[in-house]
Amino acid sequence: MKPAPFTYHRPGDVDEALNLMARFGSDAKPLGGGQSLGPMLNMRLARPGHLVDLNDLLELDYVRDLGDVIEIGGLTRHHRLATAPEVARDLPLLAKAARTIGHYAIRQRGTIGGSLVHADPAAQLPLIAVTLGVDVVLRSVRGERVVPAADFLQSIMTVDLGEDEIVTALRFPRQTADEYSSFDLFSRRHGDFAIVGVALTLRFDAAAAAAVEEMRLGLGGTGPVPQRMHAIEAAAVGNPIDAETAARLAAETAAAINPEENAEVPAAYRRELVETMIRHALLDAAGKRGQK
Amino acid sequence: MTAPVSISLVVNGETHDLTVPPRKLLSDVLRDDLHLTGTHVGCEHGVCGACTILIDGQPSRACLTYAVQMEGHELTTIESVADGETLSPLQQALHEEHGLQCGFCTAGIVMTFEAYLRDNPDPDEAEIRDVLSGNLCRCTGYQNIVTAILKAARVMRQGKRS
Ligand SMILES: Cc1cc2nc3c(=O)[nH]c(=O)nc-3n(C[C@H](O)[C@H](O)[C@H](O)COP(=O)(O)OP(=O)(O)OC[C@H]3O[C@@H](n4cnc5c(N)ncnc54)[C@H](O)[C@@H]3O)c2cc1C
Ligand code: FES
Ligand code: FES
Repeated sequence: MKPAPFTYHRPGDVDEALNLMARFGSDAKPLGGGQSLGPMLNMRLARPGHLVDLNDLLELDYVRDLGDVIEIGGLTRHHRLATAPEVARDLPLLAKAARTIGHYAIRQRGTIGGSLVHADPAAQLPLIAVTLGVDVVLRSVRGERVVPAADFLQSIMTVDLGEDEIVTALRFPRQTADEYSSFDLFSRRHGDFAIVGVALTLRFDAAAAAAVEEMRLGLGGTGPVPQRMHAIEAAAVGNPIDAETAARLAAETAAAINPEENAEVPAAYRRELVETMIRHALLDAAGKRGQK
Repeated sequence: MTAPVSISLVVNGETHDLTVPPRKLLSDVLRDDLHLTGTHVGCEHGVCGACTILIDGQPSRACLTYAVQMEGHELTTIESVADGETLSPLQQALHEEHGLQCGFCTAGIVMTFEAYLRDNPDPDEAEIRDVLSGNLCRCTGYQNIVTAILKAARVMRQGKRS
């Protein structure tokens, strides 16, 4: 399996890359880590006439502390998200999820910008972006746009990205120190794309002992794009998490989703996975309360 | 300009001047143009790990990389791992523990773990299995590969101390 012929461009900075994207538009694709685009080209599922290689744009490979916001450059590799101490401290949910992406060698090259644009419905980073309420920063020669991740991700492998735009950064709201983070996924073979992914953050009310003050719950693999379960989050607030509440919230979540029916993974199976994984995540969180 | 372009590639410390079409996979350039056939090609979509080499010291799939991208980067392939007839501790351990049968997957596994053990000298079995999930082996059942990697890590740690 070999890619169809293309012309290769290797811009040295972001402006040069944007000019190339403006010039070749619909016939050009930016090349990030190549860990999704490479297979697509090899299988001839994509045949762009021009590849604009972003790998020399080192100014897009960063994790920057902006106070309440942690900004991550579009070319930042999964491996860095999985291992950098500042990511583990300020965005533990992201760090946990990044450690589970594909395999060690894949994570060395794959980038956060590429993952968001590829928009696989079961991918980890789009799920975390939706759960944490990330802003996606897009640039073109026309200027800059900032789009919430939930709007950026439109459908299966379909995103709000102009033909001449590239993802230059993602802005994450910093997680608070008293927040519990849980990420879990289920796949048939270690390192494969998930059948279902569950992302959870939970903060307990310091005064009212065990009651939930704030919860964020995101699901991947259950629809065309990752979904944030706002109604379930609201139902959790004010309640302590005991076995009964965890089971109730998990069952309500499973009833609220509408996964695709297919021969490989029946909808009922996905629903049961969601229920079990959410129950475990909630009880785990409750168990760790106080220890963080 | 899909026509061949001139590039120079640094592989195992040697510089090679080549003319390659941009679409030519790094795995094919290593094997066909440079005759470094130790890098194997299985799936050509990133799944099997047979083509894993080091780019600037980090394990990467040669089948998901184009040779034209690699100017200015240092490539390391399996051919450079042994020192003449002397195997690296990892290769030696794979040999002693019967960590390979047909050997198709072996180069990719060695390249992945030369880098992994350099950065993580004391992994436990679960960590090794996590990383090994990126390399498919149809022969061994993996048990002896895991044993060999644990042994190699031990030998390398001792080597560093003495
Ligand atoms: C064996 C294997 C297993 C994998 N398992 C998983 C997994 O479990 N979970 C998971 O989430 N992913 C997995 N992946 C995919 C991996 O995470 C990719 O790295 C990721 O999906 C795409 O990132 P990339 O940088 O490699 O992008 P590329 O492959 O380079 O590009 C992907 C798409 O994004 C576009 N693009 C890239 N960068 C930008 C940018 N900055 N701005 C605008 N457009 C851009 C490209 O044009 C292309 O359309 C796996 C891949 C392999 C080969
Ligand atoms: S040939 Fe590259 S991963 Fe299979
Ligand atoms: S030894 Fe044959 S594939 Fe691994």
